[in-house]
This record gives sequence, C-alpha cells and structure tokens, in this order.
Amino acid sequence: MTTLPASDHSLLVRFGDEISPEIHRQVRDFVRAFRASWVRNVHPAYATVLISFDPLRATHAEVEAAARAVAGAAPEAASRLVEIPVQYGGEFGPDLVDVAAINGLTPEHVIEIHTSVEYLVYFLGFSPGFPYLGGMPEQIAAPRLPAPRKQVPAGSIAIGGKQAGIYPVTSPGGWRIIGRTDLELFRADRDPAALLEMGDRVRFVRRGA
Amino acid sequence: MIVVEAAGLLTTVQDLGRTGCAHLGVSASGAADALALRIGNRLVGNIDGAPALEMTLTGGTFRFELDAVAVLAGSDFGIEPWKPFEVKAGDRLRLGPSRTGARCYLCVRGGIDAPRVLGSASVHVLTGLGGRPLGRGDALRIGPEPACPPLWTGTPFRPDRLAPLRVTRGPQADWFRRGLDGLTYHVREESDRMGLRLKGPRFVQRGEMLTEGVSLGAIQIPPGGEPLILFVEHQTTGGYPKIANVISADLWKVGQLRPRDPVRFETVTLARARALLVEQEAWLDGLA
Repeated sequence: MTTLPASDHSLLVRFGDEISPEIHRQVRDFVRAFRASWVRNVHPAYATVLISFDPLRATHAEVEAAARAVAGAAPEAASRLVEIPVQYGGEFGPDLVDVAAINGLTPEHVIEIHTSVEYLVYFLGFSPGFPYLGGMPEQIAAPRLPAPRKQVPAGSIAIGGKQAGIYPVTSPGGWRIIGRTDLELFRADRDPAALLEMGDRVRFVRRGA
Repeated sequence: MIVVEAAGLLTTVQDLGRTGCAHLGVSASGAADALALRIGNRLVGNIDGAPALEMTLTGGTFRFELDAVAVLAGSDFGIEPWKPFEVKAGDRLRLGPSRTGARCYLCVRGGIDAPRVLGSASVHVLTGLGGRPLGRGDALRIGPEPACPPLWTGTPFRPDRLAPLRVTRGPQADWFRRGLDGLTYHVREESDRMGLRLKGPRFVQRGEMLTEGVSLGAIQIPPGGEPLILFVEHQTTGGYPKIANVISADLWKVGQLRPRDPVRFETVTLARARALLVEQEAWLDGLA
C-alpha cells in the first residue's frame, strides 16, 4: 500500500496498478473497514481508494496513519450473485448489431457470450449507482462511440472497450448499448440506494421480448 | 411560502452538499460558492449549511407570502450583497443579471425547507438527484426560526474573484513537463457545475492511467490537452491525469468564474494551502 496527497483535502491510497480480483479484494476490504469522523467521502476504484477529508480536522499524516491501521485488517466478506434480466437488441440495444459486426460475430453470438460469464462489480463510479464490471470476454469488446449520446436511458446494458457496465440513471454516455434491464439500479429513496455494491457478482439473463 | 415568479437562468436549492455517498457514484453537489452560502447563512442567523437558492449569471423574481429576513450573498445581481434586510408579506424581490461573478445566493432566515435526499437538499442538476432547477410557479417553504439573531451590520467582504487560483500538485503532476503557473486561460462557454473547461495553452497528455477517484477542484488534462477543473457535480471517478488541484480556500473563486473570465494559477505547498484555509475560517468565525 502506498499513499499520495491528491489535494489539500484528499489522500490517494494505492494497492496496485492493474485490474485484478486480488487487488479488488484489498480495495473492498479497505473500504468496508475504513471509518473516521473527519472523512467526507471514500472513492474506491480498480486499484485505489481516494479518501476525501475535512482538512480542518485531520492532516494528511493522520489520514495516512488511519489508512495503514486498517489495511489488511478486515475480514473477508461473502459476495452476492445478482441476476440482471436483459432484453437485448432492437430499440433496447441499438448498438448490438455494431458490436457484433466489429467482432465478426452475429448478434445472437454476442448475446450468448455476454450471458455466459459471471462479472465482478469492481466499484460504483461515474454516475449514481454505475457498476464497473470486470470479466467480460474480449471477443465482444467494442470501442466507445466516437461521440457520446446526450441521453442514454436508465437500465441500458453497455460495453465500453473491454469493460461492461449498466447505466443506472438516464444520463449522457459514450459506451455501446446492447440491451436494457427494467431493474432499478439506483433509487435515492431506497435503502440501500444502489442495487449493486462493490464485490457483488453479476450474471446477465436473457429475457424474452 | 416564497413563490418563484421568474426563475432566472439556472436557480437551484443548494446546501453544503451530499457527503458520504461517493462510493455509490454520487458526488457531493452543493453550493458552487460554499463560502458565500456560509457567510449569507451566518448573516441571517442560520447554521452554515441551511439550504438557500443558488442563482447563476441572471437572478429570478420571488414573491414572499410572509414576512421574512433575507440576504443576498456572493455576486451582485442587482441588490447589494452581504446586507440583511426585512421582507414584508406581498413584497417582490427582483434580481437581474450579474454585475460581478457567476453566482448569488438568496439566504432566508430559517433556511429553505426542502426535502433531504441522501442527507442533503442540494440539487444535482445533471442527474436530477435532490430535485430539479426551479421554474416559474414553484413555491418554497421557509424553515423554523433559528436561535441566533441576524447580523444587521453586514460584512465588508470584497474579495477578488479573479485573483490567481492557488493550486497544489495533482497526483499525476510529474507526467507533465511543466505546471500551470505563468499560463493564462479563459473559461469556455460550455462550463457548468460539473466542470469548467479552459481555453488556452495545451498540455501533451501521454500514457494511460487506471480510473481512480477524483477530488473536488481537481484539474484534469483530457486527451485534447486543455485543462478541465472538476467541480461540485464532478464524476466520482475518472481516467484522465490530474496536473493540479485547487486549494480548499480558493474553491469559492471557481464558483464565481464566468464564461470568458481569465484564469491564472499559482502553485503552493500543502502546508501553505492549510494555512490559507485556517486563516479563512478564522476570518469567518470573526463574523459571528
């Protein structure tokens, strides 16, 4: 674990510099265990956790000491498997045909591959409840759109390069959309507000039209 | 009730933001000039984080259906800021285009009584979290009378919103041959609460980095090479290198920058950034 001040009110804690389930586990355990009254926000990502704090109540040295005290100390928690029903293609997945063409596959193959594996929720970021999913087979990877869409509907199932994701709320977005789920991934008036949390496993299930 | 007769360009309910939700992908939002909001609230006897109305570039018209005490805080939108005044039931408060910076707060004694979503009344304009920008006909309730009296004397707060933005080095500062000091930028039109795009000298962005958490006030260098200041509605994580970060004591200035305003930078140490914040807080505590 290394640390680096990111600003006068934040410290970046780094566990590695690659995307891997092992580093993810360290990130997740750290986030579950790290608590302090001067913390404003904790931003987990693939291999790092950014701790944003009240600079009038803690110094970088104090934040670093608190971070070192919990790193590796948390017991490993079980992870859930969440099934996401998806309607693929057509109006719900306007880019399914392109994703297939880019990879020399039929749309049917893309769906088979997309539903064939378990994904890992590395972290939520970008917008409320957006899961960054790892584990997608590279045969269906597809570059982001040249220009982002102004509005991507909530529930859109997306591919951005080698990453998979789901748009929880209607927002702008540049990933390719292959389907849609009617599960609500984010509702501020629900507890917890986000359907998925880091460390969850996800499987996509095809739903008939 | 306070009835919105004209909303102005972009008027939203804001407090000090929604902390503790970044792990859900929810950024804090909150007042773009939190210092002005806090001063305004103190002037009418409120707690620092009482919800108020944030107006952007052009203010609105508000009809009060009850007696109230109010103050304008931040830039001058046609009514002198920092001077609390009484409003009588039936009075209209008419604000216009800004004569100075980008934002002005209408703070009412008791605060705006708006629903809290995930602990905050702040509207996140981009996602609609916490509500939507105000429109004509919207009516707002005022919260309960606070214990502290208003500070009728006002404050001679006249800071220079165009003074250089003090920054500390960002986590990827050493990816770049030089820093931001000595360069002059201008705020692009397509700037908002999510981020301020700057026009000026470009940096060469090399290398790929793994997406990581981003801080309020981080200055990113996207592939185009022109800096982008991440602001109150920023994404919680990002994949572009960050050359610098605006210091806490100067974040209010970012909230007062208007399109086409010049922007210059001055790099300071973390120790200096802390000292400037402590100084600012001591000044604020001297008010009330």
